[in-house]
Amino acid sequence: MSEMVQTGPRDDDEAGTDSAVAILVPRTSTTEKVLRIAVPVGMLVLGVVAWHLTVVLNGIPKYILPTPADVANSLLNDWPTLLPALWVTLRITFTALALALVGGVAMAILLVQSKWIELALFPYAVILQVTPIIAIAPLLLIYAPDTQTALLICSFLVAFFPILSNMVTGLKSVDHNLLNLYDLYGASRWQTLIYLKIPAAMPYFMAGLRIGGGLALIAAVVAEFAAGSAGEGSGLAFRLLESQYRLNIPRLFAALILLTGTGIAIFGLTSFIAWLSLHRWHESAIKREN
Amino acid sequence: MRGVSKVFSNGTLALKDMSLDVERGEFLSLLGPSGCGKSTALRIVAGLGAASSGKIDWPSSRINARGLPEGDVGFVFQEPTLMPWKTVFGNVYLPLRLTGVSKSAARERIMETLASVGLADFSEAYPRELSGGMKMRVSIARALVTRPKLLLMDEPFAALDEFTRQKLNDDVLRLWRQSGVTVIFVTHSVFESAYLSNRIVVMKARPGQVFADLPLANDGERTADYRTSEAYRVATHEVSRSLHDAIHAGGGH
Repeated sequence: MSEMVQTGPRDDDEAGTDSAVAILVPRTSTTEKVLRIAVPVGMLVLGVVAWHLTVVLNGIPKYILPTPADVANSLLNDWPTLLPALWVTLRITFTALALALVGGVAMAILLVQSKWIELALFPYAVILQVTPIIAIAPLLLIYAPDTQTALLICSFLVAFFPILSNMVTGLKSVDHNLLNLYDLYGASRWQTLIYLKIPAAMPYFMAGLRIGGGLALIAAVVAEFAAGSAGEGSGLAFRLLESQYRLNIPRLFAALILLTGTGIAIFGLTSFIAWLSLHRWHESAIKREN
Repeated sequence: MRGVSKVFSNGTLALKDMSLDVERGEFLSLLGPSGCGKSTALRIVAGLGAASSGKIDWPSSRINARGLPEGDVGFVFQEPTLMPWKTVFGNVYLPLRLTGVSKSAARERIMETLASVGLADFSEAYPRELSGGMKMRVSIARALVTRPKLLLMDEPFAALDEFTRQKLNDDVLRLWRQSGVTVIFVTHSVFESAYLSNRIVVMKARPGQVFADLPLANDGERTADYRTSEAYRVATHEVSRSLHDAIHAGGGH
């Protein structure tokens, strides 16, 4: 028989359901705030220390597994090589994402205008969505004027679909009564789209943006692996392969870290944009303490 | 308003030859068991779904492309049906915005309407910050902001607790008395209809038809002790019996 154990102080603050205005002041204590940052950072530091000790204690050679310090060194020394590569990858990722946003949203708006348009375009949407985009990379490399364009198209196609399908779902998920209300007041199609459907679809759009942002980077890297391009305009993926061939493992790790950093930055940026546009009204962006 | 016969069918016959004349300034309740087509009738009046036959006649008024008198109809849904990304002000502004009134031109009227439902201090709040009753008030303010001649309410307080509901009933009565608007109020509550209306139309189901048409004395000046008065008891008794008869007459299977 286990006994009931009371854990922690009970929160007796009863925010009644009828209270006029739910007061949403975060009640997190200072200690918890500090711990919220300290715990993940601590775990990260612990991981790096463990990595370092593993290499040093086992005497693992640099060309198999470098120490964190080696990687940091390489990051500094190879900066002139890595920076242009990072720039190339960033440019492809963000151009692809921007195109996917514009294209996905425009396409979604077009699709929800009429069920005939949707039906007509449905097979293409399915075909493009189920085909692993990377499998058409070789074709794109033949047809596109240059490798950069091929990478861009790949990355675009991958980021495009989550944005499109989220946006379509969002535009269709408008409260039926609100649509009736717009109808009642004789709203035009355009007014309904701008004032009602697009704002209602924002949470879905933001979900699409976050997924699409991450996928654009992944696709940009994977497509470059497939392209195996070299020379001036090569991105981080090429530097990864090159480092591997040359057994320059510290640089490989450095390139990897840059990619991870880019991924985190994209995630942070898209999450921030989502928070900025939704935090005042949408559940997904509101802090709840229950 | 001269409401004429309307037959509605979508496979099932929701309303059969329903005819109703609504007098100007009336507070009319449509009362009936679920499935009697009272909401359907209301939606047809609002132009939200066409009647399969029959039509609605409006008194001389500018009729828009959808057969509705322009800006003369307000609708309150069962749920508050607010746009969560808009403030209270933005939500109430909507009907005016759709007809091209600028925000500054609308401001005074919006604030006035909000004050009339007791929400003057909440114009910048978002719907999620409000209680259920307050959201409903916003919804009522939005319906009233165009100064409609006809206010349609579709079981607006069904989801609210008894206290909030009674409070809102009094508010609706006050607004009706002050504005002289014609109200068609759909409800399944005998007490609510007897308290609010000066005419109750009892409907029966399968197919939806008018069963009884009961006039009620109501000058809109209900006082707090009306709920316990003899007149109220008699009225609810009469309405209850009529509803009971309607339920047993209706369907027959």
